[in-house]
Amino acid sequence: MTRARVSRRGVLKGAAAISAVGLSAPFVRGAYAAGKLSCGFWDHWVPGANSALTQLCQEWAAKEKVDITLDFITSQGNKNLLTIAAESQARSGHDILAFPTWQPADQARNLEPVDDIMTELIKQNGKVNGTVEYLGRSGGKWIAVPATAGSQIKGPCSRIDLLKQHAGIDIRAMYPAGSAPKADAWNMDSFIAAAEKCHKAGVPFGIGLGQTSDSVDTAGAIFQSFGATLIDEKGNITVKSDATRQVLDYCKRLVSFLPGDVSAWDDASNNKWLVSGRGALIMNPPSAWAVAKRDAPQIAEQLWTHGMPAGAKGRYSPFLPYFWGTWNFSKNKSAAKSLLMHISQPAAAEKMVIASGGYDLPAFEKLTTFKTWAEEGPPKGTLYHYPNPHNHQTLSIAAAPAPPKIAAQIYTQATMTKMVVRHAQGEAMEKTIAWAESELEGFSRS
Amino acid sequence: MVDAATETVGIRAARHARPKPSIFKRKSTIAFLMALPLIVIILLLVLYPALYSVHLATLNKSMERFVGFGNFEFLFKRETFWMVVKQSCIFAVTAVLFKALIGFFVAHFVHAIPDKGQRKWRGMLLVPWVIPPAMSTLAWFWLFDPSYSAFNWLFALVGIDPVPWLGDPYWARFSVILVNVWYGAPFFMIMYLAALKSVPEQLYEAASIDGANWWQRLWYVTLPMMRNIISITVLFSLIVTFANFDIVRVLTAGGPIDQTHVFATWAFKLGIEGGDIPLGASVSLFMVPILGVAAIFILRDITKRGNEA
Repeated sequence: MTRARVSRRGVLKGAAAISAVGLSAPFVRGAYAAGKLSCGFWDHWVPGANSALTQLCQEWAAKEKVDITLDFITSQGNKNLLTIAAESQARSGHDILAFPTWQPADQARNLEPVDDIMTELIKQNGKVNGTVEYLGRSGGKWIAVPATAGSQIKGPCSRIDLLKQHAGIDIRAMYPAGSAPKADAWNMDSFIAAAEKCHKAGVPFGIGLGQTSDSVDTAGAIFQSFGATLIDEKGNITVKSDATRQVLDYCKRLVSFLPGDVSAWDDASNNKWLVSGRGALIMNPPSAWAVAKRDAPQIAEQLWTHGMPAGAKGRYSPFLPYFWGTWNFSKNKSAAKSLLMHISQPAAAEKMVIASGGYDLPAFEKLTTFKTWAEEGPPKGTLYHYPNPHNHQTLSIAAAPAPPKIAAQIYTQATMTKMVVRHAQGEAMEKTIAWAESELEGFSRS
Repeated sequence: MVDAATETVGIRAARHARPKPSIFKRKSTIAFLMALPLIVIILLLVLYPALYSVHLATLNKSMERFVGFGNFEFLFKRETFWMVVKQSCIFAVTAVLFKALIGFFVAHFVHAIPDKGQRKWRGMLLVPWVIPPAMSTLAWFWLFDPSYSAFNWLFALVGIDPVPWLGDPYWARFSVILVNVWYGAPFFMIMYLAALKSVPEQLYEAASIDGANWWQRLWYVTLPMMRNIISITVLFSLIVTFANFDIVRVLTAGGPIDQTHVFATWAFKLGIEGGDIPLGASVSLFMVPILGVAAIFILRDITKRGNEA
């Protein structure tokens, strides 16, 4: 009688082979895969944008014979955050859920790893930027897939005419449609000089310093371009630095050229500022342009979306990715992963970009050159530079590189904008930094 | 004599012989069953979440470890926490004081209106209290809007500089208190009006015969008769105002630089937006002893009123 000896190495080889087959094989509808799948996606603010995702999901469900349920959950009043919190507490809910920027890291222990999907997507669509890796990976694993719907870059959107007339800047020459930026002269010095001139001309830049996302994103990008980090990647508090002092000093000067009430602005204030024709520049994705196209077409014709000014440590632009993920307590993980793969395909991404009028951004490097951005207008090409097609700026998020769980606190508590406002309102710089240090100690607790 | 004794014994026997109503026919059982849906709702929607939040408040940030009072110890060391405590007290006390004063005077004015036209005024004055506060606060937000304030537009017409309603910490505090007073004063008005209507007219007549003037009638007749309702209304409103969320959330979201946060908005900011649910739960539970003391006062006052009646 012979007995087959099973060595440890043999078992490992076998397991690796089975995993490889499992990952590379397409989703095969089996007895466990078909059935029900419920998805909670972000309720897009662009009318009709949800329909692209709905169509894609229904196509997939019909092919795979899955009974799919789609819920579009609004971010108004943080309904989506409440849903995420409730489902993670109850360990029950949607199979696929849309997670805003910081949520994957926050829910890392409840999310099913998606390395299999991401490996395939990166192979297919190219690399993702550092911010997506920073937010979508935890413990060396991908925990969520970057979503096209809802992801956005929050760079400047300027008035072509006002910048030219009052600041002498031809923004279209700097960021020509269809070709690489010629923006070497677009730096923090020229930016503040333009802000001052536009302020004098009665059309100040509209940069919020409130506690909502737009304000925090802008402050974060400016801090990063000065090299000012509040907490480093290891979790050490690094706010007490010359870079922080420099950026606070710069921001104090900048605030003096902004409207007097920017500390109370929310995410709608900057859009209104631009659409009403009162300002020459805001920091927002093309949502303001889209609203202007509908409500004030003569202003929309003068708007141009472009890159951020460069600071001493580089050119940083705020990037806010959305993610799709599946709970580790989901009842239909295999079907969920199959759908995630389907809606992350280039054709699906392009469909979502078209439906959102160019607002949505895929995170993969090969997916930043869809026709929509080149052709949307008027003026034609206004969105060409929105997806950063020439990689001339680093896509970043405020509070990075702090460990995401700490960074999320810095971000939601708007620590950077509060520092700017406190100092701009007359608080001594060292006192502002000491206050921030105390806040950061609090955020660092485990 | 013997007959009478026999009769008494017979009555007693009859009393003893009367069958007890079954458990389902007892008044107390019926009362309990009728109250049962409410009891279940309270258990599910109030008691369970309350106990669960106590449990959450004892966990660490990642909710994996029991830390006892660790979250509270941490909070007590935070400058921002004490700022929120101070702001919540300023907000609640100032708003309730003004609501009570305005409600009191408006109730007197309405009471003085002849019955025929009084109903219309009562209805109109109740409007702020009837509209859902999130909606009415949104309208106030537009009046205070940082860039397009309707008030500032009016000020500009008469040459007054624009006021940073929501951009300056002091004006922002003023604005949230103002909206809370606008929303809550009608409740005081209607309660005080009801109390005024229940004051017997004879007391005023007697006071007039004794030569009491308007102020003396108010001080020696009206106020003592309204004492209970005033204290109950004030304490009830204090609890509700301390727990206010929607007005601050819609109007300022706690800004600028955290200067208008109250317990509920800061708890939401920390717990839901910041992902630190245990700390958010701890902030919201900090209100419990304060509101509990207020509730004891209310209950004591109600008992006292019941005994007087």
